[in-house]
Amino acid sequence: MFGLIDDSIRYKGNQIMDKEKSKKKNYRSLMRNVVLTILLTALTPTLVVSIFILNQFADSYQKKVHDHFTLLARKHKTIIDLFLEEKLMDIRLLASAYRFEELGNESLLNRKLIEIQQAHDRVFVDVGLVNSKGLQIAYAGPHNLTGASYADSEWFKTAINNPYFISDVFKGLRGTPHFIVSVRQEIDGKPWILKSTIDFGEFNILVENLRIGESGFAYILNKKGEFQTSPIAEVKPGILIDHFEKNGILDRPNSILKLKNNDGKELIYNVTSIKKGEWVMVLQQDYDDAFAELKVTQKIAVLIIVVASLCIIASSFILSDILIGRISLADEEKESADKEKEILAQQVIETGKLAAVGELAAGIAHEINNPVAIMIEEAGWIQDLLEEEDLKQSENLEEFYRSLKQINTQGRRCKDITHKLLSFARKTDPRVVQISINDLLKEIVHLSSQRAKYDNIAIHTELEKHLPAISASETEMQQVFLNLVNNAMDAIDKRGGSITLTSKLVGDDLAVMVADNGAGIAEANLSRIFDPFYTTKPVGKGTGLGLSICFGIIKKLGGDIHVRSTKGKGTTFEVRIPVKKEAELPQEDALDTG
Amino acid sequence: MSIAKVLLVDDEKPFVETMMKRLKKRDVDIVAAYDGQEAIKCLAGDDNIEVVILDIKMPVMDGMTALKEIKRKYPLVEVIMLTGHATVETGIDGMKLGAFDYLMKPCDMDQLITKVAAAAQRKREHEQKIMEARIQTITLRRP
Repeated sequence: MFGLIDDSIRYKGNQIMDKEKSKKKNYRSLMRNVVLTILLTALTPTLVVSIFILNQFADSYQKKVHDHFTLLARKHKTIIDLFLEEKLMDIRLLASAYRFEELGNESLLNRKLIEIQQAHDRVFVDVGLVNSKGLQIAYAGPHNLTGASYADSEWFKTAINNPYFISDVFKGLRGTPHFIVSVRQEIDGKPWILKSTIDFGEFNILVENLRIGESGFAYILNKKGEFQTSPIAEVKPGILIDHFEKNGILDRPNSILKLKNNDGKELIYNVTSIKKGEWVMVLQQDYDDAFAELKVTQKIAVLIIVVASLCIIASSFILSDILIGRISLADEEKESADKEKEILAQQVIETGKLAAVGELAAGIAHEINNPVAIMIEEAGWIQDLLEEEDLKQSENLEEFYRSLKQINTQGRRCKDITHKLLSFARKTDPRVVQISINDLLKEIVHLSSQRAKYDNIAIHTELEKHLPAISASETEMQQVFLNLVNNAMDAIDKRGGSITLTSKLVGDDLAVMVADNGAGIAEANLSRIFDPFYTTKPVGKGTGLGLSICFGIIKKLGGDIHVRSTKGKGTTFEVRIPVKKEAELPQEDALDTG
Repeated sequence: MSIAKVLLVDDEKPFVETMMKRLKKRDVDIVAAYDGQEAIKCLAGDDNIEVVILDIKMPVMDGMTALKEIKRKYPLVEVIMLTGHATVETGIDGMKLGAFDYLMKPCDMDQLITKVAAAAQRKREHEQKIMEARIQTITLRRP
């Protein structure tokens, strides 16, 4: 048996635990879904927009860097081309202004060299007149090169076949880097050349001074990959030219490309064709340097995105936690409300059952009461008949009396039971009205006067005037005071006595005293007199319910009921009922006694 | 000489019959009725009835209605309410309508006899007072 109960408890315990686990699992799943939903709806657009903006920004920045490179390259290409054109024009002007014979005069050449040097800040180093066989027949300049032969020089071979010519940089006879600008003219069908050496340093400055950022610089290469200016950092021109050639860059006026050097460092190049495609000007810068600001901005942007994402993630967890907490609380409240509703519904059913049982009991009590009354009357009649003289001789007379007494006693027990049931089931008027306590007490005295008269009891009243009204059910109040007066009369024996009803205001309470000079109550019984079914009256005289009902009614009004009693001298019941001061009823006299 | 002439009104025949025998044995002149209407008829046909012992719950006409009717038509006749479900309230209600007293079924015979005697006594006193008042009035009218 106990094993079965244990199993049942364990089963129920397991069921509750399973339910709790399932609930927790559901909440976890709900939390996960809420977090994912928030992350998906908040984080995805943030990331997509951020990445899009970053890409757009990177593209824009790259375009800006490229544009900057191109602009610089074009500017310098113009400067360099102009420089070369200008120098060539000066020599062409000189060659066309004078005849071959005149230019063969070295003093004229010296004068003209000084003039163009003064005009161009000594960019022109020297001027020489070379005949068709490569022999320098006149020379003006710092070196003694009159009579020098250039017949085998590469530049001469090209220059003698072209109307004008600008050579690559070379060291030549003087052993220092320089280049030659030459113009070809003819005399009597034979070509001659007026050539001038351009100062490399002056030309180099045009490119050397070009700086881009912290690491950017420029240099010029010919198509063979030879430097035409001096780079400020180490550059491997051969590899570069090969790459340019392979990718067709040398054929384009301007190109931008990104390459890695031998150290693995990324470099950005701008390659611009100059000198009619014979040379290329290369602008070179470290990629990181060129895009340094973009990198910084990207890092800040990424940091902001990461922080924002972390905030979103944290918010999603916090919000989900709060949401789940509230849902859980609402569920608990709903469960609690459902339980309360269930309990209430159960109580309503129980109350209904009790009411039905009460009605049934009252009906049965009433129906039983009449037959019991008849039985008792019949027993009484038999007892009357036994009084007849002829029956008095019967030897069973005592047994008849004993039996009749028992029928009477048990009948009265039935009566008590039915009266108790009726008393509990009866309906009183519970409407709360304003009651004048003095009027009520006078009515009680009137109702009790007949019994008092035949029991030799004098009822006196000492009722204080201008007492405030009390809010209570009138029938309940009648019940209370009639009970107290009836009890007082029961306490007085056949020799008679007196009962005094007193009413007065004590503080905020209305006090009513019912005092008798009857038998009094033993001290041992005083503490129990308000207990239900407790009575000191003889069997059949009291149900033991009167005072407990009175006690309940007075307590319901927020009042109190006390008893003082001395055995053999009498008993006083004091009822205290709280009053509302504004409800005072007007009365005429100061004290009403009777 | 009987204590009083009493009309016992109750719908429970066995109760009425036994009660009549017992009251007769105690020198009570007793007649019976089994509902309120019959009680009113009895009173109409017998001026000597002094006290009515009246049950509350009855068919045709209940005790409270009968009490009102008796008190309206025969105000000097005293009524003792005797009922199976006599409570403080029904007792008070009855007495408010003019009943002399109330008793709960089953009642103590001695108590009933005492109350019947007291009720008859009060009726006689009332009649006496009315008689005296009438005599006084007649005497005063004489020249």
